[in-house]
Amino acid sequence: MNARQPFTLRRSWFEATARARLQALLDPASFREFLPPETSEPSPHLAVLDIPGAFDDGVIIGAGRLDGREVLVIAQEGQFMGGAVGEIHGAKIVGLLKRAQRDKPAAVLFLADSGGVRLHEANAGLIAISEIMRAVLDTRAAGVPVLALVGGSCGAFGGMGIVTRLCSAVIMSEEGRLALSGPEVIETVAGVEEFDSKDRALVWRVTGGKHRYLTGDCAALAEDEAADFSRVAAQLLAGWQEDVPSLAALRAEQARLSTRRTRFAGLRDGLDVWAALGVAEPGQVPLMDRDSLVDLKKGLPQ
Amino acid sequence: MSLHSLLDTLFPAGHAVAVEGKLIAGTAQAGDGPVAVLGTTDAAAIGHDIALGLAGRLLDLIEQHPGRPIVFLVDTSGQALSRAEELLCLNGSLAHLARCVDLARRQGHRSVALVTGQAVSGGFLSFGLMADQTFALADAQVRVMDLKAMARVTKIPHERLVELAGSSPTFAPGAENYQRMGAIAAIWPQASAALLDAALAGVDHGDTRLLAGRERGGRMLGAAVVDAVLAAG
Amino acid sequence: MEKLEFQFKAASATPAAGTALCGVVGSGNLEILIRPGEPADTCQVHIRTSARGFGRIWEAVIAEFAARHPVGGTRIDINDMGATPAVVSLRLSQALGDYTGGAQ
Repeated sequence: MNARQPFTLRRSWFEATARARLQALLDPASFREFLPPETSEPSPHLAVLDIPGAFDDGVIIGAGRLDGREVLVIAQEGQFMGGAVGEIHGAKIVGLLKRAQRDKPAAVLFLADSGGVRLHEANAGLIAISEIMRAVLDTRAAGVPVLALVGGSCGAFGGMGIVTRLCSAVIMSEEGRLALSGPEVIETVAGVEEFDSKDRALVWRVTGGKHRYLTGDCAALAEDEAADFSRVAAQLLAGWQEDVPSLAALRAEQARLSTRRTRFAGLRDGLDVWAALGVAEPGQVPLMDRDSLVDLKKGLPQ
Repeated sequence: MSLHSLLDTLFPAGHAVAVEGKLIAGTAQAGDGPVAVLGTTDAAAIGHDIALGLAGRLLDLIEQHPGRPIVFLVDTSGQALSRAEELLCLNGSLAHLARCVDLARRQGHRSVALVTGQAVSGGFLSFGLMADQTFALADAQVRVMDLKAMARVTKIPHERLVELAGSSPTFAPGAENYQRMGAIAAIWPQASAALLDAALAGVDHGDTRLLAGRERGGRMLGAAVVDAVLAAG
Repeated sequence: MEKLEFQFKAASATPAAGTALCGVVGSGNLEILIRPGEPADTCQVHIRTSARGFGRIWEAVIAEFAARHPVGGTRIDINDMGATPAVVSLRLSQALGDYTGGAQ
């Protein structure tokens, strides 16, 4: 099932630029950019460090339609400085989220592709991420769902990993990665035996889309193509009711996280977690296509 | 200053605060009545245990003592660095902790964070920077990364970073830089019950850090960008 | 970083879009923004590049482009992260194609 036809041109989400993702994700000709390149200047914080910078500072914001619904969008460009958040980049996101609180679109789609704080503007980036965190929660409290779409080459790491998990729901591709510290950082600090960042398969078993889906940290899996991200996002939004922030909901999440902490204590590889979840042949998970994995998850205990 | 003498100084009317590992939790008497005291000590690395420990106590507080103000004491070297922590989505547990602080705010709890030691990256984001207002002691160390490591990663000469840090608060470590940029409300010369009471009395639930950063001359671009996005056609 | 500015005489471009943006400021890549400029027989080029000391190569690559395409009445802004001349030429063609709607 889902066997890819040879010679069919697929548009990989992982490889596409942020602009190409938006064009392919949204309804045709519906995208309208806020603060477009022709009205913007590259960040002076980068110029002072002798770095050219980009007109959009690595993030594109605007409005468009998804399957007919009015949405606001944020798309980080992973190819520019790892999609990392600096002052202008962060303020564009905060501004977009504030606009969502005012205009009440059907949703905000947050196409995350970022290593987190831009070290060249470390303080500005950290503070901006804190402001984004609060703005995401304010947007949700205003009744506007925020969907995170993770499948770019930089994944969602550092503060952007936290932001992603503050969203109403996370959609990932198998190629997407979601975590806090990057494997390279852990390897540098704790040693290669703790985390071998060159072991691609291991990195995906710890941070990748399939693992996050099986453990419930991402709501839905998409194929590595814009049309499928579009379909899955539209499907999630149909009939979505954004919950009011409540003690009951956070109690339930606390129970889920605490139970799992105990249940999977000491495990260090996705294979072990999947086995503990009841997957009969965990070694097959990396080879499975999306639909088979979705079926597998449905069949797991609980 | 030891944690115990810090607590004595901040809460001369009394406190009952326990330390479990590096997690701090308890109750104290501030000038205006009882407050919850929560946080970390000894440059704690925040993993699932501490994040869920703090989150659970926040949820208990919201349920059992509606509206009671919260004092967060922040001393964190950042997030715990291990494969096992990441395997269980450490960013998710930190996000959960941040949501609990946010819920407390929405339910009417005022909150103040005081950086007593270190405040680094993910550990700082998850609760210290989620408080209504954040303060720092004069000898606090607030940073993402020290300049030597930053020079290695960015491939910009260390001397150049040191030189630029003299004129720009944007990237170099230091509580003063965070104050100029609006994220730290004030730096206290030393721990003080009077300053804490004043801080608790003056908190504002809105996020005014961008405006403060512009007023103080440390963050001159962000606020205008937000306005431009709101005004865009 | 080096900032470069050039002007070339060229036949007038006929824009289809108000502006066109092509490329990303990633390693070995660049972004090119084309928009209307004055006067109608001149192409103004403003470059920010991470690589110093390649001014003459930039000038030659863009002069050749301006000689072969109607790019008069445009302003071209480039942010470059070390793209090769081949990549620069390719992106210029793509950007101009978007700007003129393919009618170059």
